[in-house]
Amino acid sequence: MSRLKYAPNVRVIRLMCSGRVDPQFILEALRRGADGVLIGGCHPGDCHYVEGNYKMLRRYRLLQRMLGDLGIAAPRVRLEWISAAEGERVKSVINEMTRQLQALGPLDLPGKFTDWDQEVIALAREAQAKVAAETEAEVAHV
Amino acid sequence: MSKPKVAFYWCASCGGCEETVVDLAEDILGVVEKVDIVLWPVALDFKYHDLEALADGEITATLLNGAIRSSEQEEMAVLLRRKSKYLIAYGACAHLGGIPGLANQFDREDILRFNYEDAPTVVNEAKTRPQLEFTEDGRSPHLPELRHVVRTLDQVVDVDFYIPGCPPTPNLTKAAFAALLSGNLPPKGSVLAPDTALCEECPRKATKPADVAFTAFHRPHEQLLDPDKCFLTQGVVCMGPATRSGCGAQCTCGNMPCTGCFGPTSRVRDQGAKILSSLCANVAGRTEEEINPVLQGIPDPVGTFYRYGLPSSLLRRRVDLPHA
Ligand code: SF4
Ligand code: FES
Repeated sequence: MSRLKYAPNVRVIRLMCSGRVDPQFILEALRRGADGVLIGGCHPGDCHYVEGNYKMLRRYRLLQRMLGDLGIAAPRVRLEWISAAEGERVKSVINEMTRQLQALGPLDLPGKFTDWDQEVIALAREAQAKVAAETEAEVAHV
Repeated sequence: MSKPKVAFYWCASCGGCEETVVDLAEDILGVVEKVDIVLWPVALDFKYHDLEALADGEITATLLNGAIRSSEQEEMAVLLRRKSKYLIAYGACAHLGGIPGLANQFDREDILRFNYEDAPTVVNEAKTRPQLEFTEDGRSPHLPELRHVVRTLDQVVDVDFYIPGCPPTPNLTKAAFAALLSGNLPPKGSVLAPDTALCEECPRKATKPADVAFTAFHRPHEQLLDPDKCFLTQGVVCMGPATRSGCGAQCTCGNMPCTGCFGPTSRVRDQGAKILSSLCANVAGRTEEEINPVLQGIPDPVGTFYRYGLPSSLLRRRVDLPHA
């Protein structure tokens, strides 16, 4: 696996087992600007910790439904069983997923948060302008 | 020496938090004796200009309940922040977004259209909607604007402390007042409640299964609930493992599962993802065909897992909605 060339747009995070993938990690990755998250696990029956990949599958099924309800398209979070020996498959899954994400366009949650908060920043600016105007008025009185 | 000044204010809330302050019963008299209440719209008649007239930082503590959802609520949050030494997010809505925060699943236009036009109880053939500005009899009143996004208090202004709960319990409120009046305060940003999961104070804890395999989830109204056994052994979603304690386990003692109003402990960033993770790990089955039907027993994961905390969750809101 280590000798494989990953596409430059992929950031690899290694965990001991797919059962260690806390759904919070997936949300955190999206929140920090990832366009999608690919979770790789050992094939059914092959998990070193016996149940890890089944736990991941169960979490993934409900997480996918929940993310759908929150407007995140299904291809953005993908679970694949890929063993360490399947280098070619890693490559083809990553390439396929990259194509799907490109078709969907950027998710850009950091940018979205900034856009959402314009309505509050606007208020802060208004308040500042008001204070500035008042200070000016006071100065003018002196 | 003059008494410390205290303000209570409400934003997008149901009024339940105000009720808790009143629920202090005789104890409220003890509090009232020690402080000067300078603002409390639900109970006392003060005007906003009374508040404007105070010096910055002159109020020792403001307890603000409710989510921030309108331009007026933002203005008041900014003003109260400026006037207060300590600004306290009081209750689930100010702390996490609360029930009003569930509106972060919907487009503002859809919300307005439903409420003013489409709701079955509304008759409004002219499709009249409140306007932000209008003129009548030579007067031009302004109305606050509903924002696209429901926010927690700390997404709008700096917050010193949080008192959790929907609503907070009187004992936590009393303890917070005692801490504020004695100046014996925890670090800024603390939630003024124990930092352990609800299971720790739940009387059903003894029957909490170490190893459970859910073969079905039942909603509380779908079956008779055993009054003593951990809800998880009964296949009922209980938010206890992902929720902060301090409520006295009132719901589980009343034979209802925890719905999560105290929010997560400090070690959990996203309460919904956390409970999803622990419930799903324990679902029986190893194939999609076995797993999916069990998970169908949770028809509304967002409303179940983020009932009080969608705005404070990692995603904050349904991500594909308009924002302006
Ligand atoms: S009933 Fe809920 S709060 Fe009580 S021990 Fe079980 S999971 Fe925890
Ligand atoms: S070791 Fe558990 S999924 Fe690979």
